Amino acid sequence: MARIELKNIRHSYPASKGEAQVWALEEVNQVWEDGGAYALLGPSGCGKTTLLNIISGLLTPTEGSVLFDEKDMTQVATIDRHIAQVFQFPVVYDTMTVYQNLAFPLRNRGMKDSDIEPRVKEIAEMLDLTESLNNRAAGLTADGKQKISLGRGLVRPDVNVIMFDEPLTVIDPHLKWQLRSKLKQLHQQVGTTMIYVTHDQTEALTFAETVVVMYEGRVVQVGTPVELFEEPKHTFVGHFIGSPGMNLLPCENVDRMAHCLGNALGIAEKKETHSEQFQVGVRPEFVYFDKVGIPVNLNKVDDLGRYKVAEVETDGHILKMIVDEGQDIPVENPRICFDLDHTRLYRDGWMVETEEVTP
Amino acid sequence: MNKISNQRAWWLVVPVVVLVAFNALIPLMTVVNYSVQETFGNNLFFWHGVGWFEQVLTSERFHASLLRQLAFTGMILIIEVPLGIAVALCMPRKGPWVSVCLVLMALPLLIPWNVVGAMWNIFALPDIGLLGRMINGLGIDYNFTQQPVAAWSTTVLMDVWHWTSLVVLLTYAGLCSIPDAYYQAARIDGASSWSVFRYIQLPKLKRVLTIAILLRFMDSFMIYTEPFVLTGGGPGNTTTFLSIDLVKIALGQFDLGPAAAMSLIYFLMVLLVCWVFYTAMMRNEEQ
Repeated sequence: MARIELKNIRHSYPASKGEAQVWALEEVNQVWEDGGAYALLGPSGCGKTTLLNIISGLLTPTEGSVLFDEKDMTQVATIDRHIAQVFQFPVVYDTMTVYQNLAFPLRNRGMKDSDIEPRVKEIAEMLDLTESLNNRAAGLTADGKQKISLGRGLVRPDVNVIMFDEPLTVIDPHLKWQLRSKLKQLHQQVGTTMIYVTHDQTEALTFAETVVVMYEGRVVQVGTPVELFEEPKHTFVGHFIGSPGMNLLPCENVDRMAHCLGNALGIAEKKETHSEQFQVGVRPEFVYFDKVGIPVNLNKVDDLGRYKVAEVETDGHILKMIVDEGQDIPVENPRICFDLDHTRLYRDGWMVETEEVTP
Repeated sequence: MNKISNQRAWWLVVPVVVLVAFNALIPLMTVVNYSVQETFGNNLFFWHGVGWFEQVLTSERFHASLLRQLAFTGMILIIEVPLGIAVALCMPRKGPWVSVCLVLMALPLLIPWNVVGAMWNIFALPDIGLLGRMINGLGIDYNFTQQPVAAWSTTVLMDVWHWTSLVVLLTYAGLCSIPDAYYQAARIDGASSWSVFRYIQLPKLKRVLTIAILLRFMDSFMIYTEPFVLTGGGPGNTTTFLSIDLVKIALGQFDLGPAAAMSLIYFLMVLLVCWVFYTAMMRNEEQ
């Protein structure tokens, strides 16, 4: 058990000849508190797996340091970091039985057989593997194998953190939610820090207490699922989380008032920077039809059952808005308004603090 | 829609039938024909039944060359497979040395059999060959043209030199196809390098190794050219393997009947081993 801190981590893979050096990770500072359930969320290629491998010691970062409880572990070998990792594709030792698989990490650490047995049985019980303990691991289904890889981590009493690298990729959809809730349950039972890497927002938001969103080699926001939804710190977070994602429109600053397509919005940035160009971001949930506001053309309406998604257009910009079931959608001269409590301003992609102002 | 029903599509099979007939069936049937007949020349043949088969199966000469053959095949398998795996494990997985190693490994495979035999013959000659001079220079009395042990070791060494590369290349390909995650998981589980080999690499190599063993078994069981050029089956009959013996009987003594019977027995043995390997492989796949 340890608090894990990443300090000024940067990493680049060796560039092939004639190519410029590319940073897979540009400056990451992140603390993983002991016992937390974290999700590392981001699109493919944003550096999630690299970050994970740096924590586990499979990679040494080009710059920066990894601290476990304030102790510098940057140069320490994987085996001495006491971490466990579950990979995208299930890794089991084919020729061994399930029991031998689970006992393998303990045997390698020189534990006595008499100590191994109760431990393995306990973990097998937790993972519902007791019945297949004597079967060959190769014969199990993908979710069974994934449970074994997880079990090999859980079985060790000294594990600092268990990391999951998109562990549900090869699992059948109907088993995914089962395994996911199993993971959550295990986290409550065992209390080990867990870091769950995924590009699927549903997985991240259901598993984790804290979600770390990465984009192009940076951590762009750390927060609870609610924070990510209500206050995306970066346009990427707004766009990536939520379905449909956040609407983004160009916006100008005129006399300390944000104007979107010529309409005063009623908000301004708190600390005046005299910037002129902004983006205004508002989630589809917080756009509504009104008698006043920005005139739009209605493009189409998708009925998704519990709500409808309306697509409207103004001045060549497209917005999506969620309309609750039973609410009317005006056909003649529709106008839209934003919920000011949930309207954010972004400069160069990053959120700026705003306050309400009366025109 | 009316279905047209006729048998004309069979014509499409004719080329294959002709091909198989000319390259397998007809030559094989000639051999079968000789194996059950006796001749005293003048192209006059008499029915002899299974007499030749009985004669071959009970002849000590056949037993001796079969035994030599099995010993040779067993020996080269015992040396080449572990050696091939060891070399493949030592080869780099990344970087500029990969292609260098691969080309070096492939070189012996590109040399024709008779050239390999001739090369080793000259190389190992005790009076002028580099190897022969060296061994004798070390104070060991070595002459592969006269000493059975020397002849055997030279033949085995030549085969190891020529064919270990095949095992290396197959194993290397198998090793490269193991996903990185396995090695990473092993590091996390604290596995020693022996455990990595025993529990990850070896099980994952099972299929390519089966193929490598099958290929090496077949080739060495039917080996002819290299020992023929190197030792000619001697000294005496000590390196007369099955195929060399067969050629001696068929073309040296011109005993067509026994030679034909021996060919068929030889053929059936190879077929049997292939079948056993194939079934074993298929059973593994099913698991």
